Amino acid sequence: MLLSLTVIAVVAGGVLGLVNKVTAEPIAKAEKAKKEAAIKAVLPAFDKLEAKTIDGIEYNYAFDAQGQPVGVAIESGSDKGFGGHLGVMVGFDNEGTITGYQIVETAETPGLGAKAAEWFQKDGKAPVIGLNPAEPLKVKKDGGSIDAISGSTITSRAFCESINNAYASFKNSTTAVAEEPAQVENVEIEENESQKGGNE
Amino acid sequence: MKAIDIIKNGLIKENPTWVLILGMCPTLATTTSAVNGLCMGLATAFVLLCSNVVISLLKSVIPDKVRIPAFIVVIATFVTVVQFVMQGYIPDLYTSLGLFIPLIVVNCVVLGRAEAFASKNNVWHSALDGLFMGLGFTWALTLIGLVRELLGTGCIFGHSLIGGADGMLLFILPPGGFICLGLLLALINRLRKA
Repeated sequence: MLLSLTVIAVVAGGVLGLVNKVTAEPIAKAEKAKKEAAIKAVLPAFDKLEAKTIDGIEYNYAFDAQGQPVGVAIESGSDKGFGGHLGVMVGFDNEGTITGYQIVETAETPGLGAKAAEWFQKDGKAPVIGLNPAEPLKVKKDGGSIDAISGSTITSRAFCESINNAYASFKNSTTAVAEEPAQVENVEIEENESQKGGNE
Repeated sequence: MKAIDIIKNGLIKENPTWVLILGMCPTLATTTSAVNGLCMGLATAFVLLCSNVVISLLKSVIPDKVRIPAFIVVIATFVTVVQFVMQGYIPDLYTSLGLFIPLIVVNCVVLGRAEAFASKNNVWHSALDGLFMGLGFTWALTLIGLVRELLGTGCIFGHSLIGGADGMLLFILPPGGFICLGLLLALINRLRKA
């Protein structure tokens, strides 16, 4: 009795290990493709993408052919969605204006909250593209200017919060980036000086 | 038992949804659209086919006392395989069905057929039973999904029939699932008896 159950469990475990090994790569690939598609959709046209992780948040910086920064895509989210976590990829240009968004993780109700995927797009009912969330986005019910999805105020609130979170990360990153090149320059100068010192 | 009887049983006479009324949780939860219903049905059919075959092969070596845990291990293995494969190769579908795939393990259709059929019949018949019970489950789920999607959003398989119409949202939501299932059950059982 014990033996047969053990044998079955061991065989099952082996089969699963094998399947896991075979499918691990396609799963990783599918997730990467999904993320890349979302990044592409939220940013203006770009040539090069550079990912950087600061404080556990991944920033995807986009540069044009001349190497000039055109914007950044940040994955953000809110746990206040109607069905739990709502994940949104948000694109900002250099000034912090929203260039696009994609819902990347959702458990919202189909036909209601799930409409968030189109509702706030450029040709949607309450577009947020082109807005600058320096003034945090809020739905009209909370005294803001965003038209909530009819029947889905909770999802709309979570969506606004996601955008605001992304903007907060964006603000943090711009200060971090502004500091970083300065540090790099300092290091270079020091190196130059030390080299000079060596030469002399 | 003849093969044709097993096929008829699965599809109509003992259809898991309309007649046995098994596996109602995924039936109600995943049928918000025809595609979701179809895919959930096919995933379940695959698990049913595989688990029926394996359990029928193992029926003489599994002691009676531990047969339920043994069945569950076999079923869970196939469900996890389906989950991995879906996640890797059809990620969009996995996103919309994600939560319900692991729940196939406890779908009473699968365990029910293992216990009632596969553990008593030969491999060939068990495979047929698994396949056609699964397909019976699939067509039932697809039909419910089709009706709910049409009434709820005005679409069929994602293609809009009535432009600009929002549909009766109720049918996408859980209450609409119950209403739809009840009415379809009544209709199909009336037709079956006629």
